[in-house]
Amino acid sequence: MIKALNISKSFGENKVLKDITVKFEKGKTNLIIGQSGSGKTVLMKCLVGLYEVDEGHIYFDERDFSAMTFKERKKIRQEIGMLFQGGALFDSLNVEENIKFPLTMFTNQSLEEKIERVNFCLKWVNLENANKLYPAELSGGMTKRVAIARAISLNPEYLFCDEPNSGLDPHTSGVIDDLISKLTEEFQITTIVNTHDMNSVIKIGDTISFIYEGQLWWEGDKTQILDTDNKELNEFVFDTELTKRLKKSKIY
Amino acid sequence: MLSRFGKYILLMIQVIRKPEKGSVYRKQLIMEIQSLGIESLGIVAIISLFMGAVVAIQTSYNIDNPLIPVSTIGFTVRQSVILEFAPTIISLILAGKVGSRIASEIGTMRVTEQIDALEIMGVNPANYLIFPKVTAAMIINPVLIILSMYFGMIGGWLVAVFTDLYTVNDYVYGIRAWFDGYIIFYALIKTVIFAYLITSISGFEGFIVKGGAVEVGAASTRAVVWSSIMIILFNLILTQLLLS
Ligand SMILES: Nc1ncnc2c1ncn2[C@@H]1O[C@H](COP(=O)(O)OP(=O)(O)O)[C@@H](O)[C@H]1O
Ligand SMILES: [Mg+2]
Repeated sequence: MIKALNISKSFGENKVLKDITVKFEKGKTNLIIGQSGSGKTVLMKCLVGLYEVDEGHIYFDERDFSAMTFKERKKIRQEIGMLFQGGALFDSLNVEENIKFPLTMFTNQSLEEKIERVNFCLKWVNLENANKLYPAELSGGMTKRVAIARAISLNPEYLFCDEPNSGLDPHTSGVIDDLISKLTEEFQITTIVNTHDMNSVIKIGDTISFIYEGQLWWEGDKTQILDTDNKELNEFVFDTELTKRLKKSKIY
Repeated sequence: MLSRFGKYILLMIQVIRKPEKGSVYRKQLIMEIQSLGIESLGIVAIISLFMGAVVAIQTSYNIDNPLIPVSTIGFTVRQSVILEFAPTIISLILAGKVGSRIASEIGTMRVTEQIDALEIMGVNPANYLIFPKVTAAMIINPVLIILSMYFGMIGGWLVAVFTDLYTVNDYVYGIRAWFDGYIIFYALIKTVIFAYLITSISGFEGFIVKGGAVEVGAASTRAVVWSSIMIILFNLILTQLLLS
């Protein structure tokens, strides 16, 4: 479980997050949704400590992350897996070395154990035998899957995914969504996903937090979001031509 | 500019630390020595050879006074190659070659969030990425500079062999005359400090990139410009300190 209490973050004059209080549950896929530029990435980077919050506190299962020293945070960092928007694979390392990297840095496993773990993770993301490929040789969907494999290699308690299906076709997006929600359930991870893709929202959103103009505007889940009478959320949800027509004909 | 210097110092505090894992660091160090050192061998050899030859030819044209012994040519080549040409000029060339590579490599990692990924894992990215490069250069650059001295003197020797400006005997006599080992020490101290400047400044420029491909390009240019300026500046300071 991750809790953010009254966090605020500005860049100069630009107040990006305004007094946000939100809770993300264990074993669930918790979504943060909102338009591009609404502050989703900033919120996520505050949660993991890549940006320092100006005000407020962040708790990882009762541990006050925002009050910790660099050293104390390091321990929590090893319980965190993160999937970046562009994958952020190390491009000088091949797929196997990328996934092995956290294991090499933070465990004393033997090479065989590490390779076994790498192959286990690769199997989870359906990429067996991609071990020796380099990031430049991977398609967008494969990159995301390798990034997921790397994020789970240390068996994380917390998984952060920033726009996991940006730049992917609808089918591949669906595959990635399924993967994330399956992992979350199977390993009881506290998963947080940033997205503006309505397909993902209604498919995997166990909890949904809608960010609007830097504030937490609405909270709910995938069954409630289609019936909301919140004006701004409605505009966000029914923004595309397809959804507008479906709403008109009451098909959704 | 002052705030940049402050940021540079803060980054160096992060860089100069004991690496997370010794075995990983050793592997990185060897790789960096290979890519920073071995790949620069060719250019260092060629430039030094020509530098030595040119200094020799110019000296020989400028001493038409019969009172000055011909062995002055060898002496001049040796002194100028060891004192200035090898440590300073070659370091400037390495600043261009190595500096731009380091800045664009690390800058690209910054803009593609690879540095964030390291940080999230709990790795100190500054130490992990920059420290091996700094130490590798401080180890391998002195080797390159010694080779450069050697090739520089060979350059002058080749002039003696292929022209009749002066004889090999006179040249070799000059090379050996009035030799003081301290100048080698002086040259190597300079080299090590220049190696540190090149790699740390370029690493810094790459590390603080914000934006995309354009900014990475700009950072790589800044890395070369600033390392070169700092080399020139420290050359002056060190010469004052060590030779006076
Ligand atoms: N490092 C930064 N420095 C200054 N402004 C930033 C930085 N990161 C994000 N912002 C600003 O914060 C706002 C929210 O950005 P972001 O969180 O990336 O949006 P998104 O919801 O699309 O992920 C934007 O206005 C952006 O310009
Ligand atoms: Mg974003």
